[in-house]
Amino acid sequence: MLKQTEGSHAMAEAIALCRPEVICAYPITPQTHIVEGLGEIVKSGELDNCEFINVESEFAALSVAIGASAAGARTYTATASQGLLFMAEAVYNAAGLGLPIVMTIGNRAIGAPINIWNDHTDSMSMRDAGWIQIYAENNQEAVDLHIQAFRLAEELSMPVMVCVDGFILTHAYERIDVPDQKQVDAYIPPFEPRQVLDPREPVSIGAMVGPDAFMEVRYLAHHKQMRALELIPQLSAEFEQKFGRKAGDLIKAYRCEDAKTIVVALGSVMGTIKDVIDDMREQGESIGAVSICSFRPFPTRQLHDALCRAERIVVLEKALSLGIGGVVSHDLHMALAGTTVRAYTVVAGLGGRPITKTSLRTLFEKAQQDALEPLTFLDLNQNVVNREIDREKQQRRSGPTAENILRDLAAGNAR
Amino acid sequence: MLFQVRIHGRGGQGVVSAAEMLSVAAFLENKHAQAFPSFGSERMGAPVMAFCRIDDKEIRLREPVMHPDALIIQDPTLLHQVDLFSGVTPNGYILINSTRSFDELGIGDFVKGYRPEHLCTVPATELALKHVGRPLPNVALLGGFAAISGKVNIDSVCAAIRDKFPPKIADGNIAAARDAYAFVREEMKEASHA
Amino acid sequence: MDKQPVKFYQTGTFTVGNRLLAPDERSVQANMTRTNSLNSGHRACQGCGEALGARYAIDAAMRAANNQVIAANATGCLEVFSTPYPETSWQIPWIHSLFGNASAVATGVAAAMKVKGRKDVRVIAQGGDGGTTDIGFGCLSGMFERNDDVLYICYDNQAYMNTGVQRSSATPPAARTATTMPVGPEPGATWGQGKNVPQIAMAHGIPYVATASVAYLHDLEAKVKKAMTIHGARYIHILVPCPLGWGAASQDTIRLARLAVETGLFPLYEAEHGEVVASQKIRQRVPVEEYLKLQKRFAHLFGKQPAVETIARIQAMADRNIRKFALLEDR
Repeated sequence: MLKQTEGSHAMAEAIALCRPEVICAYPITPQTHIVEGLGEIVKSGELDNCEFINVESEFAALSVAIGASAAGARTYTATASQGLLFMAEAVYNAAGLGLPIVMTIGNRAIGAPINIWNDHTDSMSMRDAGWIQIYAENNQEAVDLHIQAFRLAEELSMPVMVCVDGFILTHAYERIDVPDQKQVDAYIPPFEPRQVLDPREPVSIGAMVGPDAFMEVRYLAHHKQMRALELIPQLSAEFEQKFGRKAGDLIKAYRCEDAKTIVVALGSVMGTIKDVIDDMREQGESIGAVSICSFRPFPTRQLHDALCRAERIVVLEKALSLGIGGVVSHDLHMALAGTTVRAYTVVAGLGGRPITKTSLRTLFEKAQQDALEPLTFLDLNQNVVNREIDREKQQRRSGPTAENILRDLAAGNAR
Repeated sequence: MLFQVRIHGRGGQGVVSAAEMLSVAAFLENKHAQAFPSFGSERMGAPVMAFCRIDDKEIRLREPVMHPDALIIQDPTLLHQVDLFSGVTPNGYILINSTRSFDELGIGDFVKGYRPEHLCTVPATELALKHVGRPLPNVALLGGFAAISGKVNIDSVCAAIRDKFPPKIADGNIAAARDAYAFVREEMKEASHA
Repeated sequence: MDKQPVKFYQTGTFTVGNRLLAPDERSVQANMTRTNSLNSGHRACQGCGEALGARYAIDAAMRAANNQVIAANATGCLEVFSTPYPETSWQIPWIHSLFGNASAVATGVAAAMKVKGRKDVRVIAQGGDGGTTDIGFGCLSGMFERNDDVLYICYDNQAYMNTGVQRSSATPPAARTATTMPVGPEPGATWGQGKNVPQIAMAHGIPYVATASVAYLHDLEAKVKKAMTIHGARYIHILVPCPLGWGAASQDTIRLARLAVETGLFPLYEAEHGEVVASQKIRQRVPVEEYLKLQKRFAHLFGKQPAVETIARIQAMADRNIRKFALLEDR
């Protein structure tokens, strides 16, 4: 049914439709509205046969999920940022045990300095853990990806992270088509675990694995991700057939047919990028965009095919790997191996810095001229940065960096 | 055509709800709408902004509203503290919650060159107190917005209000919105004749 | 457990054979049909108190729950010696997740059982003192606060034994561990406040808390059985001497477990909803030296220049417990 509603609320409704049996979460901005929504849906009885557990930390949240999932219950949790790090041990544990938990990440920056706004640092920090990672472009897709996630997780026996830009999507009101129960039931069959804790057939789960077998166990986890590369498009196609709209898949190309320049990005920024692409196309520019939905598994071959005929790509990233540069960019280099495509990394939007059409337009035009450095930081306030670098050069006790910068900015505004 | 609204107020004044209700009103007219807040720390009394975009087709843009076609100012004490008018389009609409005029508010100069019927004030807080018993001007201002911009009609605004609040409060809010609508219509008439 | 009067016929010991008890009062372990939930073939050290405690506790739980038990185990000695790759000695459904989350995992399992309508399946979480009093403390408290239907069993050998005998918050003052060496002005573990988890469990007001010792195995079984008649959060804290970590002879495990009780250092009691409802009186009070002397981890307190003051402080701890729990029978 078409609704005008908050992204979080629509997600909560969609998740409830997937008939989770155990929901356990700890509040953290910006995921709170999703979990609150689910709590209400359970408490009112609208979603029955579901245990909603208020836990005392994110570490507890994912641990409870591990127990529930291992005991055969369809399980859901959500977190962001600091919370994801707090449960990091359990993140690796869940993937290592092959438990089909679905978790929403309300993408948010990680401190220090503490920051509640959006970027992709959190989910990127867990990219090696073995979870499937999929990113939503808008709230309709956020709803749709959750439905696909439960199906994907259970077919593979692998946990899935659905990444949704914090505030930008979670707290935005949009026009969203929320499916009905029948549609979702027709798409997600009941949970059939590959392994389950049951007195009727006792098994030991979580034993130590030594040098004799650890490589093989890890290889098999990687193999599952490779299978996901096939399964994700299949599930997306089935979704389109059953629900009447496209959502998910590994990547989506926008106006790339003959594009000399292609912009690559993940998540909600794609919306703004598409508007800029349209404006530039109207003026005869040869430019397109590719949105990566499945970041893990990384669709190397599909990206290669989508990008190899371009002259250059601009990778717009909401994450920064300190000491080297972009995160997605480095994975993309694998996809570009053997081609002559030039790649420019642009780190943008960290900590919620707005990414504007104007800035993107200027950026893309520079890219077309190949007038970009290999690594750029969009809309960086170079003055403030230089002032701090000087300050540190001049005195040992230069003070906390973040506070110095904030003071500089405030002084600037007061002028 | 894309139409962008920026709402300014203080935390606790229902700025975010206003943007959301506006988007619902547009939705009820079969339009696409996007509403979202600009976040600072969630503290009562701090300046906050919320945005609403309305269009006939899917809205993909995600940046904050930099060039509002309409500005709704819920709290006039912000006028000389925050750069509220930044980016407003030349023929933009400005609606301020106040019993005073633009000149009396000291911003007559800022808005030279704007069409007079695009600049209105409405005593939204007073209307809210009268009809709902609480000094929350956000809903009344939406009624005023329907009048000044014509971008949504007052019935859609009232339906959005009906949707959000429990019946008695919805009744009061609807009355406040309709009063504000009528007030602004009257003001516009006078302004264009002046 | 109903108290049945028994005459002691043996000389000088307190050994009482099962044959002197009514059949249903006999130890679960004496029964041919015991479940052997923790089966033989595990790799515990000779004289391991934890293996003994776990075997008794889990089989008693299985008996009480009609063999419908799922266990979540923290990382630690029990988990490691019971599942030596590529084998497992568990004959029950068992999961090891992480070090600090056994109670949370158990909460999840219990929730799944509830949702599935499997009312008969009971859930146990178990871990050592490290996984319970330190790294697992937050999750434990959360489980208590929610009154999740989980029985948590802590096997307390008073240090991080699995990783090489490092100090935990359960390590008694003055004890030698790898991170509290018997050197310097305050040899052994320093005198902190201690962390009494049974008391903390009581402070949460949960339905049942008990302390137990592997010297009193009937009592341990009875407490587990009692716990299994209750739904909600329950906690049993078992003292399990570790010959390796305590520097004791492997045949002294049960003796040490008894001496700890008889000195007053480890009081045995049960509590319901925060109030002590039963305690085991000390039959023959023993000075703490008798207990400490048998353990090399306290060797530095003895010898040419005994640490008289330290021993007196330890004695004072024992005295306090005796007073607090009224452990000496009134004459």
